[in-house]
Amino acid sequence: MITLAHYLILSGILFAIGLAGVLIRKNIIVVFMCLEMMLSAANVALVAFSRAQGTHGLPVYDGQVMALFVVGIAAAEVAIGLALIVCMFRARRTVESTALNTMKD
Amino acid sequence: MMNNLPWLFLLLPLVVAAIDWLCFSKCPRTAATLSILSAAATFALCCHLLFCGGACTPDAYNWLPCGGDAAKGLSMGLLLDDLALRMMLVVTGIGTLVHIFSVGYMKGDTSNLSRYFAGLSIFMFSMSTIVLADNLVMTFIGWEMVGFSSYLLIGHWFHKDSAADAAKKAFITNRVGDFGFLIGILMTAGAFGTLQFAGMGAVSAQVAPAVLTAVVLFLFCGAVGKSAQFPLHVWLPDAMEGPTPVSALIHAATMVAAGVYMLVRLQVSMGAGAFTETAATVIASVGAITAVMAAIIATQQDDIKRVLAYSTLSQLGYMVMAVGLLAGEAAMFHLYTHAWFKALLFLGAGAVIVCCHHEQDIWKMGGLAKRMPLTVLCFILGTAALIAIPGTSGFFSKEAILDAALEKSPVFFYIGAGVAALTTFYMTRLCLVAFLGKARDHGAEHAKEASAWMLLPLIILAVMAVIAGYGFVADELVPFAGFHAHGMEIGTPFFVSLGALVIGLLAAVIVYGCGKRSQDPLAGNCISTALRKRLYIDCFYDKVVIGFFQDKLLAGIIEGVDTALIRGILVQGLAWATSRVGKLLSWIQGGSLRGYALVTGLGLVVVVFLFVFFHQF
Repeated sequence: MITLAHYLILSGILFAIGLAGVLIRKNIIVVFMCLEMMLSAANVALVAFSRAQGTHGLPVYDGQVMALFVVGIAAAEVAIGLALIVCMFRARRTVESTALNTMKD
Repeated sequence: MMNNLPWLFLLLPLVVAAIDWLCFSKCPRTAATLSILSAAATFALCCHLLFCGGACTPDAYNWLPCGGDAAKGLSMGLLLDDLALRMMLVVTGIGTLVHIFSVGYMKGDTSNLSRYFAGLSIFMFSMSTIVLADNLVMTFIGWEMVGFSSYLLIGHWFHKDSAADAAKKAFITNRVGDFGFLIGILMTAGAFGTLQFAGMGAVSAQVAPAVLTAVVLFLFCGAVGKSAQFPLHVWLPDAMEGPTPVSALIHAATMVAAGVYMLVRLQVSMGAGAFTETAATVIASVGAITAVMAAIIATQQDDIKRVLAYSTLSQLGYMVMAVGLLAGEAAMFHLYTHAWFKALLFLGAGAVIVCCHHEQDIWKMGGLAKRMPLTVLCFILGTAALIAIPGTSGFFSKEAILDAALEKSPVFFYIGAGVAALTTFYMTRLCLVAFLGKARDHGAEHAKEASAWMLLPLIILAVMAVIAGYGFVADELVPFAGFHAHGMEIGTPFFVSLGALVIGLLAAVIVYGCGKRSQDPLAGNCISTALRKRLYIDCFYDKVVIGFFQDKLLAGIIEGVDTALIRGILVQGLAWATSRVGKLLSWIQGGSLRGYALVTGLGLVVVVFLFVFFHQF
């Protein structure tokens, strides 16, 4: 039997992996994908709650609607984010985040 | 409308000064005419108020209302009692004569005469403010204005270094006294709760004696500066650098009299009881010291104006001593007679100086009695009054002071008598050397009688110098309410002062002969040198007060504060601290995206944690 707790643990693991990736990786594309993973983790949690809160076999749709919103926003974010990354690659010939410290010098 | 006529005393000279300065600076004749007319008009107004029974109460201007209570705020009002009005008569009367004399004296002078007459007018304004003020703040305003106008007038020939220095010296020395005066005014406000002269008498009995002593002594500081008492007397002899009519106006009749007038005004309004034992003794002693010191110095001065300057100091010492002996009546009597005969002496000296082609050294004069008999006669009448020959005005007023001194303390009486002998000695010396014998220099050889512009004021003043002390004149004119002249009384003071007179006269005649000598037989020894150097008091101020305290000690302290506090801590220290903090904080901006993400993530976690477990937000 897969309970709500299992879903939440999965979501937490996904989120942690995503966060670790954001913090650790240098490659911005990977960082970006990790960000997406964190959003997905949130989605998993939302849908799980939606199911768990339901009565008479019907879920509470609020959570699922929220998940759809997140997916939509993530899509928009990806569009802008990838464009920025492309720009950055054109300007610097690299997508390493360590190269982004020229403001400091 | 007629009620407010006395405000013209202040407004007229002020407006005339402004017009002279602004509109007629290229037209000295018009400026002079305007100034003389304004002085004469104030004099006429004063006569009208005094003799035509024009008693009136002009409106007061509520200057600084305070707390909705008119009594607590500051007002500008005129006090027109006998003390003030009769003092105004002396001020405007002598002022007018000085204005007229100036026309003759300044003829041919190349400096800007409009500026000169504007200065005289603004001086009249300032002095009138002091005399007519009905509260201490207004007195103080006039007080400062007098300082300012004396600065203008003493420094009239500012292209001469000595005149410019003398003007600065007078101004700064007065400032020292004014500082004490200001403290005194504030203490009066605190202790009495009012600055109006009218309201002081009622409260003064309730003020603690120690406070009263402090108040009176601080206010006395102002008088020490303005009336040139020891130790702030140094400015007055130097102020002789100004044109001679200015010396007559400022340093004989008005400015230096302001200090004495203010003290008497306080004594009248606070009541003599307010001058506690200590305060009165200090005041009398300062007066006595000044009188003795100035008289001794005067015996060895060669400049005709300086002799007169030191005699002014010495006579002011008398007046202050009389105030300290709680004899305000005698002080004002002497102030009043002194104003006439000292103005006469100064103007006479001015005429002599002009006629000798601006020669001021008495040893280069001589034989003037033959060449300008009228001027010399007037001068000698003034001298007679100053050395108190019985029958002249000075005799009566000096008697009044000596009487008061004998009553209160014999020490001051004998000091007064000694000073009288010295006064006789140096004034006789001056007359013998300058007027008798033969001319010792070509300036004196070609001297001619002074012009009518100068003679007229001299003659009027000479008449006043002789008759001003008699009861029929003095009872009407002496600036003191209910004054009554005593006339000649044969008693101890009479004989002592007569003795002093004879001793002084004889000594001078024995030492100086009848003008045959060409140099001072008393000169050349160390005492004479010390006296000529003014007892080294100016020297002491130069070397110790200015050279050490100001230039070394005070400048050192200020420099230390500047270096350590302002530059070290405030300017450089602040910059240093800022840059340190900046460096310290700049590691936060490490330039690493992951670092930022970590901090943001942690922050988010903290926020969520707090949000969930502590519902404070």
